[in-house]
Amino acid sequence: MDRISSTRPRPLSPNIQIYRPQLTSVLSIANRITGVALSVCAIGLVGWLVAAARGPRAYSWFQGVIGAWPVQILLLIATFAFFLHLCGGIRHLVWDSVRGFELRQIYSSGWAVVAASVLLTLATWFLSLTIGRVV
Amino acid sequence: MDRYRFLSPLSRASGLGSAKAGFTHWWAERITAIALVPLTVWFAASLIAHSGSDYQAFIAWAGAPVTTVLMILLLLGLFWHMALGLQVVIEDYVHGEAKLWALLAMRFLCVGLPIVGILAALSIAFGKSAPL
Repeated sequence: MDRISSTRPRPLSPNIQIYRPQLTSVLSIANRITGVALSVCAIGLVGWLVAAARGPRAYSWFQGVIGAWPVQILLLIATFAFFLHLCGGIRHLVWDSVRGFELRQIYSSGWAVVAASVLLTLATWFLSLTIGRVV
Repeated sequence: MDRYRFLSPLSRASGLGSAKAGFTHWWAERITAIALVPLTVWFAASLIAHSGSDYQAFIAWAGAPVTTVLMILLLLGLFWHMALGLQVVIEDYVHGEAKLWALLAMRFLCVGLPIVGILAALSIAFGKSAPL
């Protein structure tokens, strides 16, 4: 089927490039982008577990990599991606129960997802840095 | 057709999508999503709590039975959910022969990586020498 359609390029109508970005569409694609980004983080999670299992030297090497400031910035972005995907996912589960489909509800739940993700990211890093300093 | 009267709406929908399996994918994505809400929140909270821990304190936590069980559940749920999500992303944006290879590579990683992670979690729990 793919071979037949590729013999002649099919006409394509312009879609995403002519639309003004809206909260609804931005959050929709953000759920995908964060999902892909978190998949990369899942590989890191396995690497982290393997390092911990190998012993103190491998673990401290891994902690050293995580502690480097470019990686810390990536981790901050990853934390926000995690909370956006988590909150966005809960929003999807609410939709699956056939609730919250009014336009006003869709916008208010969308802004709630953005606000909760920002707050949870800041709270996570604040707590992590203060606990890390105290102990 | 009369037997349909005795089926729940769920049974009527099961296996009747255009591909006969569309509902399964959708439903598995939801089941894993619901499971991952408490599991990922537990994991994030644990990481925050161990921000300042040294290796000994960290291993004492990671090797505890409750941690091992939850970690294995997290790995299974995470990589299952990941395989379902990445499958849709690949099917939407990768075309031609590359799509097949991308799907194969993604599937193999999503089966192999959680097994490596589970082995690591178990070797921490039982104090054995590590995998890899």
